Amino acid sequence: MGITQILFWILAAASLLSALMVVISKSPVYSVIWLIVTFFTISAHYVLLNAQFLAVVNIIVYAGAIMVLFLFVIMLMNLNKETEPQKNRWLKLIGAVAGGCLLVVMVAALRDTDSRMAQLGSGNIGLIQNLGAVLFKEYVVPFEISSILFLSAMVGAVVIGKKEDSKVVDIAGDEAKRRVAEARESMGV
Amino acid sequence: MDIRYYIFLSLALFVIGIIGVLTRRNAIIVFMCIELMLNAVNLLLVAFSKMHHLAAGAANPTAGSEAQLFVFFIMVVAAAEVSVGLAIIVMLYRNTHSVDINFLNRLKH
Repeated sequence: MGITQILFWILAAASLLSALMVVISKSPVYSVIWLIVTFFTISAHYVLLNAQFLAVVNIIVYAGAIMVLFLFVIMLMNLNKETEPQKNRWLKLIGAVAGGCLLVVMVAALRDTDSRMAQLGSGNIGLIQNLGAVLFKEYVVPFEISSILFLSAMVGAVVIGKKEDSKVVDIAGDEAKRRVAEARESMGV
Repeated sequence: MDIRYYIFLSLALFVIGIIGVLTRRNAIIVFMCIELMLNAVNLLLVAFSKMHHLAAGAANPTAGSEAQLFVFFIMVVAAAEVSVGLAIIVMLYRNTHSVDINFLNRLKH
């Protein structure tokens, strides 16, 4: 058993444990932190598979951007205490049993598949040199379309997250009237 | 490394995400479990890409890079999805002063 195999088993145990802690943790802040740990272990799996570009992107995008967004929202809502009502433990039990049944069925179905090897620690398709060439030669149109997707997501987030239109307009109008009145008063008109 | 271990690992991560979606009632944690499921799929795609690369051998030195680009685009879509989803959760909190997804059943009225 080589060093990469030992690393694989350690990382697999760490990712499963931290993923379980995401679900088990009572406080949402702890869930976010355990999810960040899960993302780091998955990035380590990518490094083990010699997909360094995806490992770096995973850390930057998921652990760096998305999880910070989650933390901001949790802090904004002041949810860092146990606010979840504990009710209906039968539903929880049934959910866990249903998930376990899915796991058992899939494992039983895939247990007898052919044993193929995945290349660990070598092969340079995961490096930025190769991926960048493929991305900007063959997949440049989807790449540009994804920028439109980002633009629409940004506009959508702003539109959804904005307060009611009429209130904003009213407040702004009142503020403007007050300022105009102040200015007139100060000028003695 | 045998590809079946990667399949079982990704399957376990995916099922943990499903159990989280089914059992938790906090909308933010449900959302995080969806991210966990996306990451399980990403891990499996990268493992399959390395398997394909090894099977293609020296005949096709860039075999398997499509799968890794697919993972890249999944990350792009996930980032866009998170921004819109968190805006929806903030809106839900502003209207109901809670992030319990049981309150969402009033959408049917």
